[in-house]
Amino acid sequence: MKTISIYNRTGAFAENKDTARDIRVKEIVPALNSGEEVVLDFEKVEAATQSFVHALISDVIRKFGSGSLDRMSFKSCGPVVKKIIGIVVDYMQEGLGPE
Amino acid sequence: MEITANDKWISIHPAVLSMIAALGVTVDPKNIHCQKLEARSSHYLARMGLFKTLKIPFAGAFVEHEPAGRFIPITQIRSSDELSRFITDMVPLLHLEPEQSRTIGYIISELARNVIEHAESAHGAFLCAQYYKKSNTIRIGIADTGLGIKATITRSHPARTDLEAIKLALWPGITGATSREGGTEQNAGAGLFFIKSIASINRDFFVIYSGGALYKLLKKTVGSSARLHADPFRDRHSQEEELPVWRGTVVGADITLDQTAEFSALLDAIAGTYKTAVRERVKARYRGPRFI
Repeated sequence: MKTISIYNRTGAFAENKDTARDIRVKEIVPALNSGEEVVLDFEKVEAATQSFVHALISDVIRKFGSGSLDRMSFKSCGPVVKKIIGIVVDYMQEGLGPE
Repeated sequence: MEITANDKWISIHPAVLSMIAALGVTVDPKNIHCQKLEARSSHYLARMGLFKTLKIPFAGAFVEHEPAGRFIPITQIRSSDELSRFITDMVPLLHLEPEQSRTIGYIISELARNVIEHAESAHGAFLCAQYYKKSNTIRIGIADTGLGIKATITRSHPARTDLEAIKLALWPGITGATSREGGTEQNAGAGLFFIKSIASINRDFFVIYSGGALYKLLKKTVGSSARLHADPFRDRHSQEEELPVWRGTVVGADITLDQTAEFSALLDAIAGTYKTAVRERVKARYRGPRFI
């Protein structure tokens, strides 16, 4: 299991999409590809933008399907972060149908 | 470029200050002429860093105030890291409650990232903010002299006019980066919808100007419905076309701190509207079998 601390990369306000992309490309995707489970640890992250969370996980959901959510969990999220993640997960799954 | 002002008074929204700065840096300082400003409040322009940004002298004397708790002077942001540093360093200077600080940081981040990622402006984004004690409001403005909304949104979605392009840009899930549902891996097309929603729920002022068109979300009175709409034209708003063309994009927002809804409650409303909008758009593309 791979645990990724978001706070260590972004500080208390997770808004830098370039950082989100780096985490996705360099850590989340390789871990899922090698069959590992991923824990995104939001401990001490007070807020995140929708754009950050989108850059962090939307492509994972698109490429690996909804099943990726069984292999990726979100730890220690405050209510705001939880809701932002919920919004992104919802609209990504709503739009997963054929183009 | 000529800068003039009323002799008696000066009252400028940060969005307009940002516009002057964004336009001014494209002009050689030798070609910027600023009339002698007579109004007592003219020092405000100096305090906000306008003359420093334009590299022109300010004739009057002014007392440089400590910015903490009052304003964020005109700031140029050209990169993602610059923006992150700006949010970390400057937003705390407004000395807001954590909940309010979160909302302001959110707005600045989403608006400035739009510029950095889409505008292709040689000079990046110019933004500033001012706190107004009497109304307990933060006014924020951001401007760029980039491609403008129509040029960027029509890369993936048809829009005949600047106003149509603004409408699409405010619609959840529509981005110039792709016509695909859910956006690209980096863009969802949700940033402006979120900002407009924050303003709408809080019954605040929000304006967007690009090309020759302007969309203004009108302040709602307390007690009126704060319901969110995916279609920005269903919100109480005014619109203008055939204005002097602004080559780029300008956004202004006023956030009244007394009535700033809890961010998490606000997200509940946004989530519902967003989900419905995506569902309806996906459904609109479904095709049933043709029985002949």
